[in-house]
Amino acid sequence: MADRINVLKTYKTYVGGKFPRTESGRHYKVYGKDEEVIANACQCSRKDFRDAVVAARGAQNGWNSRSAYNRGQILYRIAEMLEGRKTQFVEELKPLGIHHRTAQKEVETTIDTLIYYAGWADKYQQVFGSINPVASNHFNFSIPEPTGVVSAFAPEESPLLGLVSVITPIIVGGNSCIILASQRYPLPAISFAEVLHSSDVPGGVVNILTGFKEELVDHMTSHMDVNAFFFTDPKVNKEYRKQIDENAALNVKRIVHHPVNDWSQHQEDPYLVTKFQEIKTTWHPVGF
Amino acid sequence: MSATTSTYDWNKTIPIDQVGVEQRVDRLNSRSIKKDSKIQALKLALSMIDLTTLEGMDTEGKVIQLCQKALRPHIEQPDLPKVAAICVYPNMVSVAKKELQGSGINVASVATAFPSGMATRKIKIEETRQVVADGADEVDMVISRGAFLKGEYEYVFDEISAVKEACGSAHLKVILETGELQTYENVRKASDIAMHAGADFIKTSTGKISPAATQPVTLVMLEAIRDYFYKTDRMVGMKPAGGIRKAKQAIQYLVLVKETLGAAWLTPDYFRFGASSLTNDLLMQIIKQQSGVYQGPDYFSKD
Repeated sequence: MADRINVLKTYKTYVGGKFPRTESGRHYKVYGKDEEVIANACQCSRKDFRDAVVAARGAQNGWNSRSAYNRGQILYRIAEMLEGRKTQFVEELKPLGIHHRTAQKEVETTIDTLIYYAGWADKYQQVFGSINPVASNHFNFSIPEPTGVVSAFAPEESPLLGLVSVITPIIVGGNSCIILASQRYPLPAISFAEVLHSSDVPGGVVNILTGFKEELVDHMTSHMDVNAFFFTDPKVNKEYRKQIDENAALNVKRIVHHPVNDWSQHQEDPYLVTKFQEIKTTWHPVGF
Repeated sequence: MSATTSTYDWNKTIPIDQVGVEQRVDRLNSRSIKKDSKIQALKLALSMIDLTTLEGMDTEGKVIQLCQKALRPHIEQPDLPKVAAICVYPNMVSVAKKELQGSGINVASVATAFPSGMATRKIKIEETRQVVADGADEVDMVISRGAFLKGEYEYVFDEISAVKEACGSAHLKVILETGELQTYENVRKASDIAMHAGADFIKTSTGKISPAATQPVTLVMLEAIRDYFYKTDRMVGMKPAGGIRKAKQAIQYLVLVKETLGAAWLTPDYFRFGASSLTNDLLMQIIKQQSGVYQGPDYFSKD
């Protein structure tokens, strides 16, 4: 007989800086590599998504009005916290059938990705903004500004690295986001939420839900208060893509499809930051 | 109905079961209203709104804008119900009246040194006469909470009676400012005093004090209205105001009214919401019910 009964973690969602269960009360089973049940995850409903949008909208303005430098600091802080909990994440990736060394590599690449984008926080405006020559007496300049609230699917593969590679380019530019975690293996996403929670990220900037893409895709792409939708599925059915585009057309949502096959080979990419930016051009009169 | 002296001993207190009230509210809040009933409830709530702007920075422009919103809550759906009234400060009554001429929307004005009520009776009466002369169809007065809490119930009663008289044909809503009354027993007593003194509506709050309208307080007031109706056969209206921002809350209030007073009170003549941002949330929910798509505030006019 075992000395004690192991205490298993309840995996909840992360919305508005809190860890609520789904309002629907539903859950689904998460299986390990040998088809054994390793945990239960929340099967979020459209109402959970709706609540997350409210949280994301509420947080977006405050997040954007922080200085770019401060956003960089906070991203760096996430990386620091993740570094401290490296072992936990390596252990959490193993039941998925990921080899120890590969798991360690995935966690380390994740940390490096955060550091990489943290550096871009106060640089992308300079690099991608411009001063434009015009024929009149105007000082004319274009600067990127955040699109707003972004909903996104985290990739099915690489449950941690993929997730972070999707979240970071969105939030570094002052957007807030609602992410649906990997459906098959959502556990590291919720553990990552704990890291976010303890690293100065204001509540509501990142919201993480778990559940079924099939069920939520229509709501995530049609919601009128969401400004962009980001997904990275390598293969997309034509009908499915059409449905997403039609939903998005309701409020001219930006659809960003960035197919990635293998996240461990994926290059860090500042252009991904600009996908969630709108260029604003200002004409400022100058004297003679 | 307005008496000059009360024949009632206000020192008698009607006990209120606090736990019972709160549990009943929780119980009723768990009721689920879906589909057609929900759309009907949302539209009903929209028709019960007293669209309110009571800021020191209000201008004629702001009031005109609000009146336009009252007339056409959502331009894409002209067949939606109009709101019940516009509620403004006394100096804006004539502006609102002109804007809403012939629309069927009432103009309500706060009076009697709103929100504190700290003025002499003479000034309060004068102010009431003035807003009625300017065209207010409804007057929202505040009670003297200081006097009430000191136990000067006759004073409060007489004051309400006097304002009622000054209102003439205009409807009188009496604001109890429940956030300052401390106990449910006091809320009940203030409700009874206001109704006996001739109030056409009793209203929870000014919106300037927190907590403003809460559901337990509303239930206590609704029960006072019910008991008063049994005693006198006169229907008094109810207006929760302040802090009601979400369509879901509004529907919960409607359930409270239906369960306490019955369907006869579910009309703008006997039930109002004092709110402004509630309007857009109701509109967003109505459109959501019709289209199946969650709405965003960018697509609705500001209020």
